[in-house]
Amino acid sequence: MPQKITRDDVAHVADLARLALSDDELEQFTGQLAAVLDHAADVEALDVADVPPTSHPVPLENVLRDDVVTPSLDRAEVLAQAPAVEDDRFRVPPSLGQEP
Amino acid sequence: MADATPATTDTAVAIAEAVRSGERSAREVLDTHLAAIDAREGEIHAFNLVLADEARAAADEIDRRVAAGEDPGPLAGVPVALKDNLCTRGVATTCSSKILEGWEPPYDATVVRRLADAGAVVVGKANLDEFAMGSSTENSAFGPTRNPRDTTKVPGGSSGGSTAAVAAGFAAVGLGSDTGGSIRQPAALCGVVGMKPTYGRVSRYGLVAFASSLDQIGPLTHTVADTARVLEVIGGHDPADTTSIPEAMPALESVLGDGVAGLRVGVVRELMGEGIAPDVAARVREAAEVLAAAGAEVGEASVPAVTYGLSAYYLIAPAEASSNLSRYDGVRYGLRVDAPTTPEMNLASRTAGFGAEVKRRIMLGTYALSAGYYDAYYGKAQKVRTLIIRDFAAAYESFDLLLAPTSPTTAFPLGAKVSDPLTMYLNDICTIPSNLAGQPAVSVPFGAGDDGLPVGVQLLAPALAEAPLLRAAAVLEEGAPS
Amino acid sequence: MTESGSRRGADEGGTKQWELVVGLEVHCELATATKLFCGCPNQFGAEPNTNVCPVCLGLPGSLPVLNRQAVEFAMRLGRALHCTVEPSTFARKNYFYPDMPKDYQVSQYDQPINAEGHLDLPSGQRIGIERAHLEEDTGKSTHVGGGGRIHEAGHSLVDYNRAGVPLVEIVGRPDLRSSEDAKAYAAELRAILLATGVSDAKMEEGSMRVDANVSVRHPGEEFGTRCEIKNLNSLRSLGRAIDYEARRQIDLIEAGERVIQQTRHWDEADGRTHTLRSKEEAYDYRYFPEPDLVPVVPSAEWLAEVEASVPTLPAERREAVAEAAGVTPADAALVVERGLDGLVLAAIAAGADPLRVLTHADHNLAVEGADALDPRALAELVTMEADGALTATQAKTVLAEMVAGGGSPAEIAGAKGFEAVSADALGDVVDGIIAANADEWDRYVNGDDKTRGKLTGFFVGQVMRATQGNADGKAVTALLEQRRGG
Repeated sequence: MPQKITRDDVAHVADLARLALSDDELEQFTGQLAAVLDHAADVEALDVADVPPTSHPVPLENVLRDDVVTPSLDRAEVLAQAPAVEDDRFRVPPSLGQEP
Repeated sequence: MADATPATTDTAVAIAEAVRSGERSAREVLDTHLAAIDAREGEIHAFNLVLADEARAAADEIDRRVAAGEDPGPLAGVPVALKDNLCTRGVATTCSSKILEGWEPPYDATVVRRLADAGAVVVGKANLDEFAMGSSTENSAFGPTRNPRDTTKVPGGSSGGSTAAVAAGFAAVGLGSDTGGSIRQPAALCGVVGMKPTYGRVSRYGLVAFASSLDQIGPLTHTVADTARVLEVIGGHDPADTTSIPEAMPALESVLGDGVAGLRVGVVRELMGEGIAPDVAARVREAAEVLAAAGAEVGEASVPAVTYGLSAYYLIAPAEASSNLSRYDGVRYGLRVDAPTTPEMNLASRTAGFGAEVKRRIMLGTYALSAGYYDAYYGKAQKVRTLIIRDFAAAYESFDLLLAPTSPTTAFPLGAKVSDPLTMYLNDICTIPSNLAGQPAVSVPFGAGDDGLPVGVQLLAPALAEAPLLRAAAVLEEGAPS
Repeated sequence: MTESGSRRGADEGGTKQWELVVGLEVHCELATATKLFCGCPNQFGAEPNTNVCPVCLGLPGSLPVLNRQAVEFAMRLGRALHCTVEPSTFARKNYFYPDMPKDYQVSQYDQPINAEGHLDLPSGQRIGIERAHLEEDTGKSTHVGGGGRIHEAGHSLVDYNRAGVPLVEIVGRPDLRSSEDAKAYAAELRAILLATGVSDAKMEEGSMRVDANVSVRHPGEEFGTRCEIKNLNSLRSLGRAIDYEARRQIDLIEAGERVIQQTRHWDEADGRTHTLRSKEEAYDYRYFPEPDLVPVVPSAEWLAEVEASVPTLPAERREAVAEAAGVTPADAALVVERGLDGLVLAAIAAGADPLRVLTHADHNLAVEGADALDPRALAELVTMEADGALTATQAKTVLAEMVAGGGSPAEIAGAKGFEAVSADALGDVVDGIIAANADEWDRYVNGDDKTRGKLTGFFVGQVMRATQGNADGKAVTALLEQRRGG
């Protein structure tokens, strides 16, 4: 079983999830997440080495569509929802080398 | 205060048949419901948005078609409340979150289209726990919904708005979404019928995702017959949803009178013990007797792995949610809080736009998926899911249906559990297993608790077995204590 | 081994040579009509944000549905790369980036559609392919202000037309040992993409994008720490970037420092790679199975159909030409690349001299419509040339005419007045010219090699003038030498 979740873990996870937490929130979330993970300790303890995982409750396969063009959205309707637009594109602040 | 009688309990079936025959006008039906909204919405807060004008236009169109000799469909003139996580073209869809405030989708959810094609009239977008994360509808950025049976109590959640709208007579039908019990639990707490169909039975296209492998849309109605009719309308294959079941929707409404003679029904032992209020457990046992009296073979079933359901659920659902909710980044739609760089803008927008419970689940899910923890948490939870499916399969070798409580308790007071997430999560202990297994389950009102508030009992069935499930539900409805 | 690397290693007192280790990851856009998960057109160069819908914009509530053609293209490519086609699933790769509408990329992760194949270079070297999997492309940002570079941009403008375009990522094993081999690998892969019809593979338009993992080591040692180089928009960039990066790493190690695993950006203008992100900052992608999609499990019938759609591959075609013409596969590379191997083989089969056919195909047929030539006509032309009935220059002219308008080489040559000058007639002309230029002939016969060289030009020119260009220069030179000796 992994170590108990720490304040640092919670801070790291907040960073991954692009959320800012105040010190108070950090403290509170650490306790709350620890409680939920403690409850999950029963799952931890199970020996399920030979059990296959289920990622879809209803087994389907090969669900495919034909390569046929369908209508796209009206650009004006799409851009009307955007917080900032320039030259028919979505405007964002610089990303500063965050490109993956 | 308890058991406030709704202004109208006209069923969907009764309304539709009256409108189709010209006996009632859709407009008159609608006005009755709008009047109820006028009278009590301020107190209940079932809706984020009431679409009175649009609804009147839709009702008038139904009446015009009836007058022209056309059949507007099986839900002709039936007022419907849509949970506000169902996309409606050009109409704000908020998920009760500040991050989506003002967003108007450029498309309709498949279920919204199917309802409209069947003649239903949308009266409003109903409140929910933000992004459907909650069991009390208190986690709404726009304020809580109150239980129409007792406004000091929560309506349950997350589909609390849709459920309260039905219970208060604001709409004859509510559509909700059920990821861990979000249709069935509020249905139980508000005293209406609430059903989660088999995963894949109803298209998820246009349902704003919470946990994609668990989410399923379903009806909230006054009666089992209404549930059958609505499900026949909204269910069936949709090529826009890869996980949609290709099999045709079976006839439901026409088999409701077939009874339960010969059906084997097992009461789930693991969901009748610790944590279940005695008055709720007593109603379940009485429900078993009603089924037995109607000819069912009733016994005790064991599904041992369901005891791990809550733990598995609170790893899987947040994990999927953490990914599904990444897209709310301030770039393309919804809330943006300006900042000098895009990463800072994402952070500021998400921090301002999400409420505490959503943040908590995003964090939990991110942690469960993160490097070094995947196998211990998410990976293991997926395996527990397999165990639950296996245990259900074993139980269904001896039984056709299972019986259990829906919610461990009747409706609880506003604010009672909101500060303790784990206690709140325990509300879902009886409903979560069906979501993990992808199987249908329905909550049927069955008497009251010691506090006089409604109790719901839950019937569970194997995948695709909606027909026997609703047959048994109809028997319980008939035999419920008045 | 880079030249620079090996020289430094050997010349500057190093006891061991450096070996370069390169593995390429190539993304190619599939040539489907629509995107991977929605019906929006897969089209380069459309007006910004016009080929978008709820699905490829990642709008709340939208769901993906997999494009059958993209799956078939991926399988076809997999078979062309000698991979096994496997049951596959999709996963979500989670990271925030404004080009990516859902802030996760749907990609195949632990169960890719194609596994364990290889690609044979024209040199005969076999390069391993680890996997070739399906994934969705991102949108495209334009960086505005601050000189347009990503690090300096004032702000960015995002166009999602490309978001959701189907990609296959081909992950090659680190089997390459030089920048030349890396370029040859990329070129060969491109040829396979074109031959199979699965991609238009245009590096300049970004429909084929190459990332290079580069490390250095002493031969026989463990792999060194690698850096991934991005932004390689041409084969030339690929070669330059690899050589620059190898030298950078060798310099670091020889200076007693260590190479840090990182992603680096190639700057074509300054000819350097720059740090983009170090491993320490690497993303935790939190892969998990994509719940909105289901497994792809190809049936035996489906696989057989795909197998039948795989054309003869460039390597096999080079072999065929090499065998027919008696040359190496590398010598056959150009005609195969031009798609002229069918023509060449047919012309050879029709009796033409193989080397002359190859020469024409390599030098004179890099034109539109060449592949439509009648191989018997080409064989006839080559035979006329071999028999001395046409000069090389005349043959080229006739060939151009044949490509442009068809027709038989004899008729075209006749119409152009390319009368065959027989060996006897040419001898007479040469004798006449000698007689008319006695002084020059005297100096030709008795002068030194330099003088003779100059006068050869003079006499050939005179003969050409007398024959209106119908003489073969080499034949004239041979006759002059014969007359001098006799």
